[in-house]
Amino acid sequence: MALPVSAFIAANRFGLGAAPGELAAASIDPKAWLKSQLAAPPETPVAFDGLSDSADVLVEQISKRPVAKVLRVQPGFMDSGAKLGPAMLGSPKSGAGATGSVMPQLAKPRPAMAAALPPSVIEYQRYVKEAEARILAQVQSRQPLRERLVAFWSNHFTVSIARGTVAGLVGAFEREAIRPYVTGRFHDLLLAVVRHPAMLIYLDNAGSTGPHSPLGLRRGVGLNENLARELLELHTLGVDGGYTQSDVTQFARILTGWSYANPQEKNAGGFAFRPVRHEPGVKIFLGYRFAEGGEREGLDAIALLARHPSTARHIARQFAAHFIADDPPPAVVDRFAQLFQQTDGDLMALTQAAIDAPEAWDRPLSKVKSPNEFVVASLRATAAPLSNPQEIGAALGALKGLGQMPFSALSPAGWPDRADGWIGPDAVMERADFAAALARRMRGRLAPARLLETSVGPVASPALARALSHAASVEDANALILASAEFQRR
Amino acid sequence: MAKSDKAGISMLSRRRLLFLGATGLVMVPGIRMALARAPTENRVVVVVLRGALDGLAAVPPYGDKDYAAQRGSLAFAPPGEAGGCLDLDGHFGLHPALSDLLPLWQARELAVIHAAATSYRDRSHFEGQDLLETGGTAHALADGWLNRALTAMPGDGRALGLAVGPATPLILRGPARTGSYEPQQIIAPASPDFLNRLADLYRSDPLFHRALAEGLQAQALTDEVMGNPGGKPLPGAQYLIAAAAGVGRLLADPRGPRVAVLEAPGWDTHVNQGLDKGVLAVALKGLGQSLAALKQALGPAWQRTTVIAVTEFGRTVAVNGTGGTDHGTGTIALLLGGKVAGGRVIADWPGLATGKLYQGRDLAPTFDLRAALKTLCRHQLEIDAATVENRIFPDSRHAAAQPGLLRA
Repeated sequence: MALPVSAFIAANRFGLGAAPGELAAASIDPKAWLKSQLAAPPETPVAFDGLSDSADVLVEQISKRPVAKVLRVQPGFMDSGAKLGPAMLGSPKSGAGATGSVMPQLAKPRPAMAAALPPSVIEYQRYVKEAEARILAQVQSRQPLRERLVAFWSNHFTVSIARGTVAGLVGAFEREAIRPYVTGRFHDLLLAVVRHPAMLIYLDNAGSTGPHSPLGLRRGVGLNENLARELLELHTLGVDGGYTQSDVTQFARILTGWSYANPQEKNAGGFAFRPVRHEPGVKIFLGYRFAEGGEREGLDAIALLARHPSTARHIARQFAAHFIADDPPPAVVDRFAQLFQQTDGDLMALTQAAIDAPEAWDRPLSKVKSPNEFVVASLRATAAPLSNPQEIGAALGALKGLGQMPFSALSPAGWPDRADGWIGPDAVMERADFAAALARRMRGRLAPARLLETSVGPVASPALARALSHAASVEDANALILASAEFQRR
Repeated sequence: MAKSDKAGISMLSRRRLLFLGATGLVMVPGIRMALARAPTENRVVVVVLRGALDGLAAVPPYGDKDYAAQRGSLAFAPPGEAGGCLDLDGHFGLHPALSDLLPLWQARELAVIHAAATSYRDRSHFEGQDLLETGGTAHALADGWLNRALTAMPGDGRALGLAVGPATPLILRGPARTGSYEPQQIIAPASPDFLNRLADLYRSDPLFHRALAEGLQAQALTDEVMGNPGGKPLPGAQYLIAAAAGVGRLLADPRGPRVAVLEAPGWDTHVNQGLDKGVLAVALKGLGQSLAALKQALGPAWQRTTVIAVTEFGRTVAVNGTGGTDHGTGTIALLLGGKVAGGRVIADWPGLATGKLYQGRDLAPTFDLRAALKTLCRHQLEIDAATVENRIFPDSRHAAAQPGLLRA
């Protein structure tokens, strides 16, 4: 049965790779198939059963800090996220071991920013569970477009185990601050992200203190502008979005006090505004005057950023780069930016516009699957059962080998969204290795003709069909399909 | 795959070095090897320190009268005192965690360039790294300066540039083919036969075809030069040390590449930067050990090698509110190797008095990093002056190459 190319595009460019039967379902009306995923109530992945909320994790982490340390740094240490070092997360012994050989291996080094503190063993184990659940959710999703949107926005607002102190929180962050908002208003997504303890710790805001705040005056501590800068540069306006060093500093002053609550406090482990850290006085940010208003200043600044034309343009460009092409046509970016502006950042409308963009359905397919997308698409195509820990572990190991463990981008800029960021001699061979290994594991369970039809059928080249006819074995043929360039594009 | 015994190959855990050897390798249709002049025997290694290394911590100007006051809790005591830095020249010191570099300093094979910066004056990591790697003054350049240098070097068809890891960094991206080397192998390798058939299949997709063709051609040489490696995952610093040692051995081989890039993350020390202990000390220790491992692996080739370690910008002079430092401007570059005129700190020192700081907060830059990078292109890679000025580092005439950085 010959299925249309549009079915492949729907399932791969917009979805996460076709599971058996998905191409056929999408082929009837690919756009309607995608939009029906947006219209349906979001599914809650079974894989998330039993995972902890960030508030619980954080309260547990703080409570476990060794008593001696607590006594030594009191008073005031409890309100400092910045002090949440790995040596304080477990017992002193396991903390010390965290830098040695007993530490599980992190993703391989990459171009990176964050000064890496290794997580404690217990936090790393929690992270591994989260990473496995994330892979399962993507492999098993019946709303793959929604799942792709989660991954896109999660990457846009990267929080990573590269800073070991948030290793136990990264999965919960995505569930709590990203997942509920991907088809809502950008403003609500942004606010949820910035108020989440994981982001406040990851980009150092929890410990940032106004030099003239009560705490600043008493202890001589001061500002940390990390979150303010990355919010402007990466999350909203974009690097050319028209802000200055002064705007960064002023925004950092506005955000002082945005922190999280300690175990004995209200909203324990959740957001807390700490007036004791807040820099008093007027701030001039992006040309606007912010009168002293405590927490309100940050809320107003975020509202301003969410509606700024530079933000519309920045988000439009990234969205187009993800769904259209690495270097998207300027006309598409303009259209998306206008829509973003007109709809007050309605992400549902933006997603529908991407589906309706004629450019998204053009061939040749210029986007290349990231390692995560490639592995997940392979597991979906082969209907890998992932029913035992070994198989899930193998999937995670593959992502480690390909350099893209979930939640482990080494910089707040996240993973590259360009072919040349992922495809090189070494990477292509590693992907071939993965395809061959997966096909070996699947041996006998999968007929090549069926795999071809249900995965790359609509875009398979005659050369692929010829190669399959010469394949020495079933495993070999399946490996060729998964490693084919057609399969690796979207 | 030079070893054609199938059973033997299946036992090999592939440790990948993907540069093109000149002869004796699997030929893949579509790639022709031009046999031209042999490349230079000189080597260049660029170490990209991503995240903005604090030059004032790595090479503290303890003799500056304003140093202790301006640096506050992050100021080192003078050499010889408890918790003091190591001494270099009576004015500048060395971070204690960089002690592995002291023998190189004493052998006059290490020079420090201080108060250095690229042309970039804002404080975004990502823009700063882009300019460091493209060698440009704006975003006009899309490829890396080191790749443009490779296109200007005579060669015999092999890829003369080498990166570590699966993704090629911007500094090496561009028209000249480059290879990559991965010091650890996690996924079991596919059979050579499978890879050959895949290469055939990729012919209609240039991106995948080119990448795999280069991979295949290089495989045999990898196995030959590197032997049969293990394949255990390595923690961060160990990875860098292993990568440096591997790169050193490959550069040392006459058939190997001539230019290599090492990338070391982890310098963005906003929080609890520390003095002789802490996140920065750990990172510097790994860097020092890696550079020492590189020298050792290069063997006699060290005499023909120049290494430069660079970062996108420096950090604030003052300590921030969380025991760390924020994004700044002037910083250091390290120049190492048998040809370096070392044992000195090269600095037109701007001073640390408040009035002397860039925008009242950063070490003022007085040395354009491009002068050092151009020196490597011109006098180490032996590329003609016009190409260096016009193609590799356009708009940089004021930052002239400085032959005196190297020994005649």
